[in-house]
Amino acid sequence: MTREMITIGGNEAAAYIAYRLNEVIAIYPITPSSDMGEFADEWAAKGKKNIWGTVPTVMEMQSEGGAAGALHGAMTSGSLTTTFTASQGLLLMIPNMYKIAGELTPTVINVSARSLATHALSIFGDQSDIYSTRGTGFALIASRSVQEAHDMALIAQASTLESRIPFLHFFDGFRTSHEVNKIELLNEDDMRQMIDDRFIMEHRARALTPDRPTLRGTAQNPDTFFQARETANVYYKMCPEIVEKAMDKFASITGRQYKLFRYVGAPDAERVIISMGSGAETVEETVLYLNQKGEKVGAITVTLYRPFSMAHLLEVLPPSVNKIAILDRTKEPGALGEPLYQDVITAIEEGLSTGLAKFEKHPKLIGGRYGLSSKEFTPAMVKAIFEELVKSEPLNHFTIGIEDDVNHTSLPYDSAFSIVHPKTVSCVFFGLGADGTVGANKNSIKIIGEETPNHAQGYFVYDSKKSGTVTISHLRFGPHPIRAPYVIGRGEANFVACHQFTFLEKLDMLKFAREGGVFLLNSIYGPDQVWDHLPVEVQADIINKKLKFHVIDAYDVANKTKMGSRINTIMQTCFFAISGILPRQEAIEQIKYSIQKTYGKRGDAVVQQNFAAVDSTLENLYEVKVPARVTSSMKRKPAVSDTAPDFVRNVLGPMIIHEGDSLPVSALPIDGVFPTNTSRWDKRNIGLEIPVWESDLCIQCGKCSFVCPHAVIRQKIYHPKYLETAPVTFKSIPAKFKELPDQIYTIQVSPEDCTGCALCVEACPAKDKTRVGRKAINMAQQQPLREEESINWEFFINLPEVDRSAISPKTIKNSQLLQPLFEFSGACAGCGETPYVKLVSQLFGDRAIIANATGCSSIYGGNLPTTPWASNIDGRGPAWSNSLFEDNAEFGLGMRLTINKQRDFASELLKELSSQIGENLVSELLQADQTEEIGIITQRQRVRILREALKGIKDLRARHLDSLADSLVKKSVWIMGGDGWAYDIGYGGLDHVLASGLNVNVLVLDTGVYSNTGGQASKATPRAAVAKFAANGKGLPRKDLGRLAMTYGYVYVASVAMGANDQQTLRAILEAEAYEGPSLVIAYSHCIAHGFDLKKGLDQQKLAVLSGIWPLYRFNPDQIDKGENPLSLDYKEPSITVDEYAYNETRFRMLTQSNEERAEVLMNLANIDVKRTWRIYQSMSQQDYSLPKQDEDKKET
Amino acid sequence: MADLKTTYLGLELKNPLVASASPLSKKVDTVKRLEDAGVGAVVMYSLFEEQIIHQSLELDYYLSRHTESNAESLTYFPDLENYNVGPEVYLEQIQKLKRSVDIPIIGSLNGISSGGWIDYAKKIEEAGADALELNIYFVPTDTDVNSQELEDTYTTLTANIKNHLNIPLSVKMNPFFTSIPNIASKLVQAGADGLVMFNRFLQPDIELENMVITPNLILSTSAELRLPLRWIAILYGRIQADLALTSGVHSREDMIKALMAGAKVTMIASHFLMNGIDSARELILGLNTWMETNEYESVNQMIGSMSQKSVAEPAAYERANYMKALTSFDNRRY
Repeated sequence: MTREMITIGGNEAAAYIAYRLNEVIAIYPITPSSDMGEFADEWAAKGKKNIWGTVPTVMEMQSEGGAAGALHGAMTSGSLTTTFTASQGLLLMIPNMYKIAGELTPTVINVSARSLATHALSIFGDQSDIYSTRGTGFALIASRSVQEAHDMALIAQASTLESRIPFLHFFDGFRTSHEVNKIELLNEDDMRQMIDDRFIMEHRARALTPDRPTLRGTAQNPDTFFQARETANVYYKMCPEIVEKAMDKFASITGRQYKLFRYVGAPDAERVIISMGSGAETVEETVLYLNQKGEKVGAITVTLYRPFSMAHLLEVLPPSVNKIAILDRTKEPGALGEPLYQDVITAIEEGLSTGLAKFEKHPKLIGGRYGLSSKEFTPAMVKAIFEELVKSEPLNHFTIGIEDDVNHTSLPYDSAFSIVHPKTVSCVFFGLGADGTVGANKNSIKIIGEETPNHAQGYFVYDSKKSGTVTISHLRFGPHPIRAPYVIGRGEANFVACHQFTFLEKLDMLKFAREGGVFLLNSIYGPDQVWDHLPVEVQADIINKKLKFHVIDAYDVANKTKMGSRINTIMQTCFFAISGILPRQEAIEQIKYSIQKTYGKRGDAVVQQNFAAVDSTLENLYEVKVPARVTSSMKRKPAVSDTAPDFVRNVLGPMIIHEGDSLPVSALPIDGVFPTNTSRWDKRNIGLEIPVWESDLCIQCGKCSFVCPHAVIRQKIYHPKYLETAPVTFKSIPAKFKELPDQIYTIQVSPEDCTGCALCVEACPAKDKTRVGRKAINMAQQQPLREEESINWEFFINLPEVDRSAISPKTIKNSQLLQPLFEFSGACAGCGETPYVKLVSQLFGDRAIIANATGCSSIYGGNLPTTPWASNIDGRGPAWSNSLFEDNAEFGLGMRLTINKQRDFASELLKELSSQIGENLVSELLQADQTEEIGIITQRQRVRILREALKGIKDLRARHLDSLADSLVKKSVWIMGGDGWAYDIGYGGLDHVLASGLNVNVLVLDTGVYSNTGGQASKATPRAAVAKFAANGKGLPRKDLGRLAMTYGYVYVASVAMGANDQQTLRAILEAEAYEGPSLVIAYSHCIAHGFDLKKGLDQQKLAVLSGIWPLYRFNPDQIDKGENPLSLDYKEPSITVDEYAYNETRFRMLTQSNEERAEVLMNLANIDVKRTWRIYQSMSQQDYSLPKQDEDKKET
Repeated sequence: MADLKTTYLGLELKNPLVASASPLSKKVDTVKRLEDAGVGAVVMYSLFEEQIIHQSLELDYYLSRHTESNAESLTYFPDLENYNVGPEVYLEQIQKLKRSVDIPIIGSLNGISSGGWIDYAKKIEEAGADALELNIYFVPTDTDVNSQELEDTYTTLTANIKNHLNIPLSVKMNPFFTSIPNIASKLVQAGADGLVMFNRFLQPDIELENMVITPNLILSTSAELRLPLRWIAILYGRIQADLALTSGVHSREDMIKALMAGAKVTMIASHFLMNGIDSARELILGLNTWMETNEYESVNQMIGSMSQKSVAEPAAYERANYMKALTSFDNRRY
């Protein structure tokens, strides 16, 4: 069988093999490994078979721990199993990995290696996760590239079956897992040749089965455990040779020879770098380049890291070597050095002492760290390490790639050094997340890689926001294989494209351009006007670098061809036309062919629309005549305003404009603690339209503010005197709040923060009686309003906040007078989760401490550079932390334990020092009623007085009391997270926390899917919805988390949906917080993973409730003590079918298109579900809870 | 047993009862039940080009939205094998129906682009439909487009499609023309083998509580029979095309009136949706009983028997406003 050359990503390359060589696949999603599992699920759904002719079973579990357990069970009972994971997920598998290895069971786990969460979480790549599994006994085998990720998966499988040692196969997360490269695809013949079925039979014969019953997982005692543990030694000893044999066999089949340790370089090298993973490819390429310049250097790539074969390492090290640098892509604080460094030192020392090592001189060994969390590792850095090795005393425990001005570990390097082959073409594209740039570039790579003799590589950089993001695509192509696992460097790009004109305002894109290169700009200004709209810096770069400058008004072409905001195929056509990689006509044909392939199954209309866009492109593409001199007076804008605090300007600012790599170690906090109140400084300007307030129609209901996901539309009431200094266009009307008469009312929008989601307009009930289409707020173009509304917003935000003690927060309109302390997050435009979070911040923010699970809420809440969590003028605001995914409920419980303990301790100290402090004050502090705002405000005042009093008391206890005094003011503990956490991975912890009876408030932002990682099904996914791992529609109904919690009887439980009933949502959250015990609020959150226009999110919530699919209720245990039923149903019997709600959403509608019959069956069941659920809840709400009468006789005896 | 046979668009039907375009034809089972209940032919639910385009663009929009923007969530939906957006489902349905029943299956098409109309018309023919009914309607809102231009759109389209088809073609008309006889005649000249009168437009309603416009499906009643009844009666014998009456047929009496006015077939949807498919049996039985009681031998005999050409008082069909008949007189007599 011949082999195909295809362009493919690393994850898919690995999964391609793993799928075909296994029978049972249990997974759990985690970035950057999720799509390996998704591929497996898709292939299984399409009926693709493994090499033995059966379709593997794919099952999503509740956590990686669960996946590992399922795998262990599956493999111990005889099947071939695999999983895909990374980072935190891999950590959760460790206990099972010890067992699997201890039982000598063959398997391969594929890992896209990712940083472990330490001072921060990182989704990006390094090897800390795999290093943490060293002790498990798994073999660890590393791939450096996409081709290797493909090949090594097969070699690992062959090796594990023969050696019985389980294997962990890894490659660098993102750098390899998400790189697209051209590789040779192995065929099933190759796989069959590598796998000896005999070993599979032996594996099955060893299986746990009642037909040949055995016992495993015994408990052993001191008498035998040690000896039994030592029995495995011979297997570990044989393993390296088995792997080597598999590699040699692979070479005989494919011609690609791998080695356990591979040496490349001068045969008489003096300086060598040893490394593992993608960085090793960079080292090797740099060595080849330096060898040509006569340098005696070499590179060793570690492929089999465990079992570590000293003999094989020593064999490849030239005897001439006298300096070795060992690179680790991890950090182990407290250790003498990082793991690979320590292993190599041990190998060399043992080699020397046993005589196996044949060095001329005892080599000097240094260790260094690089590439943590996908930090770039470039040839320039490799060169710097070799230069360091020249020194007689090279720096040990160095870092490379950063500036360490604190510990002085970093090596300097010349960033201009480049080894790019002159025939390789490098291209950088800046796109907006919504415009399809990345997808188009992936298609372009496919075209170049598969339809021309060229090799091609693509790597994509995204930013951390959920919408309105900047994407940067790095494309390389050329006649030679592209071995460059690093982004395109300064001055290397032949072609730079900017697909969004506004990027010019802040981003330095042309730094990538090489002299004589091309700059393509998507511009609304034509070739004769565009020059005048460019900032100085851009004009200077174009002139100085002698760039050829082209423009196209892609949005105009897109508009005319009805493509909307998707300019992808338009810009792709320009790229091919300008780059000349293919003749224009052929390029257009290829683009159309790839459009048909990619979009064909979505219908002919899409294909034709894209064709029309492609056909209209070239006539709109112009070359600009570049003037000889810079003519602009407009400078690029700073990342943040000059008035921002130092930390924001100096640290967060560079991060915002993608210059964070330049920050030295001293700029960052030592313990991962960051200030809040920072999102207000990042003015994103992503809303094409913003709401405009028509004050004459406004009824001051506050609904617009209530539903706003980003806190960009707010209302305030204030004294008329403030209007004296109001800007000219600032709007106001007399306020209608009976608690606060004679005030002025304003609704104001922040034009630069608004995302244009229009939920406020949808929520607004006030219509113009003469023209119903006009409401009290209406959307209008942002650009013309930007300047004046920014001035208005500045004025508005500095108006005083309302006196919280003067109003009751129990109505929507009053609640929206309270200052939001969660603002301008990076959540999607129209997000369904954030309005609930914002509401909590309004009601309790100045005393809230929040434990936030990993998920969308931790990303929009805590992904740098900025955070939406804010503080008020007194400096108080929500304190927020994300621990992990699985432990969030427990994390929050820990906070409550501390708060209670500190309060109790402070109370004890108060009593002990009462005579010195003052009996009255102490008594007031201890008996304070803090159920209302006024109580809390008053207690804060008392604490201030207490602190004054403590100053004069010479007693260590007074110092302690002073440091604990704030605990006397009531705190509100909130445990927030999505359904992936609450229903699945965190459920065990959540259950225990709810059972504890302690006073915590749990807010579940229920989108019915793992939104953050791209829509995998959870136990909250509704029946009949399509999601990843439920591609054929979820067959089972969603778990009723609320009802489970109700069974405790002492947990407050509420199910809310603000779009259906905002008053009930507000009431439930207030009741939950007031309840002195555990509270659980489950909040319906619409999401882009539902697949509909989120502007209609509130309507969908109404339909969800009307159809019964989302019950509204409050279960208040306080009612039980009064002899009343605790359950209040806040919704009515289903009055519409589930279809009427569901088929507005792509997640349900898709199934009617892909499998109509199944859709009908599941929807019928869903309609039955809701009626049954209604009856059950109805009957629960009618149960008799009346208190038993006192038995008088019994009482007396 | 009276002879209930009729012909329509050159097709032989066992009786003049036709199930008109409705969701009933979406399932093979319900069409089989219609056949069992005795229905003479079935008009498929309409293939809406606009809906197909919309479905395709909508699917692409939601599958693409927010993709490749955030590193953790590059896509939000699984990549499925097939989405079946396109006319394939409709065309397969025609094939399935042709394999499952013996009665004629008439396709129904509503396009928006002239390329789309012709392309889908040919595909419907290739799928095996016995005839094609064009569901053409434009809701004119442009004050500058005059009636001539609008009517030309209808006739040009009909002619274009006829040029590409071998199977018979009917046009489902709406009554909002200045001169129904004139447009009817022009459509027949353009190639229509039959005219279906009239298309019911779903008129939007105003929902006062939320002050929004809502689409509101109200099924027809017998009261709606009058309009098509009049015009079929007027047109019968004046144009060379088969006439089909649709809207408002709910009883055997309605059917009989329709046939007598000049319709070759009566088309029914609302009645089945309200009363179930088996109500067809009652209608056919009722027709037969009435014919036997009133000594009519065949349906053919009664078709057009009360058309304007055939009645004693043709002017009655032109009565529009006042109810009382003007007593006729003959001024040639003294």
